[in-house]
Amino acid sequence: MPRAKKTGSPRSRKAAPPSVPTSRVILSLGDDVSTDLIYPGRYMATVLPSETPAFAFADVPEFQAAVKAKSIPKGAVIAGGDNFGCGSSREQAASCLKGLDVVIVAKSFARIFLQNAINLGLNVVTAPGFAADEGDEIAFDGGGIENVTKRTAFDVVPLPFARQAIIDAGGLIAYTRTRLIAGKTASDR
Amino acid sequence: MGATAVEKILARASGKKSVKAGDVVEPRVDLAMSHENAALVINQFKEIYDGTGLPARPWDPSRIAIIFDHRVPAESAKTATNQKRVRTFVAEHGITKFHDVRGDVGGICHQVLPESGYVRPGMVVVGTDSHTTSHGALGAFAFGIGATEMASAWALGAALNIEVPATIKVVVSGRFAKHVGPKDLILHLIGILTAQGANFRVLEFAGETIASLSTSGRLVLCNMAVEAGATAGIVPGDAETVRYLREEAGVTDPIDLVTSDADAAYVRTVKVDVTKLEPVVACPHTVDNVKPVSAVAGKPVQQVVIGSCTNGRLDDLAVAADIVRGHKIAAGTRMLVFPASARIYAEALKLGYLSDFMAAGAVVMNPGCGPCLGIHQGALGDGETAISTTNRNFKGRMGNPGAEVYLSSPAVAAASALTGVITDPRKER
Repeated sequence: MPRAKKTGSPRSRKAAPPSVPTSRVILSLGDDVSTDLIYPGRYMATVLPSETPAFAFADVPEFQAAVKAKSIPKGAVIAGGDNFGCGSSREQAASCLKGLDVVIVAKSFARIFLQNAINLGLNVVTAPGFAADEGDEIAFDGGGIENVTKRTAFDVVPLPFARQAIIDAGGLIAYTRTRLIAGKTASDR
Repeated sequence: MGATAVEKILARASGKKSVKAGDVVEPRVDLAMSHENAALVINQFKEIYDGTGLPARPWDPSRIAIIFDHRVPAESAKTATNQKRVRTFVAEHGITKFHDVRGDVGGICHQVLPESGYVRPGMVVVGTDSHTTSHGALGAFAFGIGATEMASAWALGAALNIEVPATIKVVVSGRFAKHVGPKDLILHLIGILTAQGANFRVLEFAGETIASLSTSGRLVLCNMAVEAGATAGIVPGDAETVRYLREEAGVTDPIDLVTSDADAAYVRTVKVDVTKLEPVVACPHTVDNVKPVSAVAGKPVQQVVIGSCTNGRLDDLAVAADIVRGHKIAAGTRMLVFPASARIYAEALKLGYLSDFMAAGAVVMNPGCGPCLGIHQGALGDGETAISTTNRNFKGRMGNPGAEVYLSSPAVAAASALTGVITDPRKER
């Protein structure tokens, strides 16, 4: 990961403070989750962020059933291993998950997916060593993440330093708009 | 301390004297490429301008390239309507580097760009396609981005907040044995690096083998750099780059080669001697699951695919045609050939390769991406297995999560078509 600052040594808290928001893992996957799994190529003719959520993990039957039933709670967690989002640059892979308002927690992310996620404001958390099964309760606090069910805690790697301005603006459309208005185009340099 | 080619390119494009890995820069964009997903880029582009009172006009239409290749000719009303919207935008803004569905100048973006002379050494190229890494074969810094990031580049003419990536140097020595080539080298390398081993890094290819490798072969290496997670692959421009641009791409204006300094800083160096390299295959369902072909020889295949932005060039078709010429494709196996561009299609037609394929029983298709990612023809049935010269074998890639895809060179794929099982081309016949 670029310019990743460690947030400190592994912690060993027993339980999350009561005020910390928690949510459940609705899908737990291994390493190298590809964009073909997240958003199969055959749905790529669908491009609008308002329409892509219907095809999220289209080849994972239980997840698809939950999408159709609209039973995925806001803030639900999808757990991944290393290299989550590897493969294609298709932005539908990020927009479909953004539309479902889920949080992706993975050990590491592939570059293009991570950038697409940040650009669209999809909530992604990099937590090396993270492990969770479906149904586990996950607690987030400012500096770390905890699997409440398994009583394990994990450090979180900050998002790439270079992208902070885009994150702060709430996404790349808003950030670019600000830059346009400020007149800071490349030709002004 | 010297600089890598990518550091030099990014320094120049950012108006700085020098940059080093880890610096954050905003390089100007020299070429911004999209395919059908330009439909989404246009959507995001217009949204950027919403409420600003500014006209939604791209910063420089002459630097935008749009090539229809993913679903050509359109397979559905939805795609046809998306393509129509893009054509309207292209006409409205005078985008000249537009390659529509055509039998003369059409094709797959990663072949059309080089052969049209759009990519030059030292350029910063962005593309809404992960295999934009291909264009590093011409000595450019080329990387894949999403549609919203492209919309931002269209608005500002720059790639925003880019961290200069560190470079892994891959030094290649030795001569390829018969029926072993660049595809085997890059699969072998991805096996060593793993699918994420070069994430956020550049793969720079160097050494005697690379110096004597054609641009076509270099495109194979850079195309698949992303399968090791790399931001970009690059072969810094050299004599072969100049030859290709002058002789094959018709470039007449000055060419500026950007090379790495001898004392440039690399995060890692990997050495590969190809002399003893065997034909290899990437087994389902990850590209880094690489084995010698002998380990999976005999596995029945129902579909053989030869083509794509990875291996659909004239030299690839020549290798495959040499193997199938005068023979028949095995019963129970179908072979699909899709040249990487209309120009290559025409050359292969003239040289008789396409007749060779057809006489053997192969179906020659128009240039396009369709079968590679299961979006337009060539889908696999439940439980079927394909061997393909494309670049990805993820679960579901060829349109069916219940099927399997093996990746190989054109030689392995063509030899397998004749036998109906995965076959070492050195043993066939």
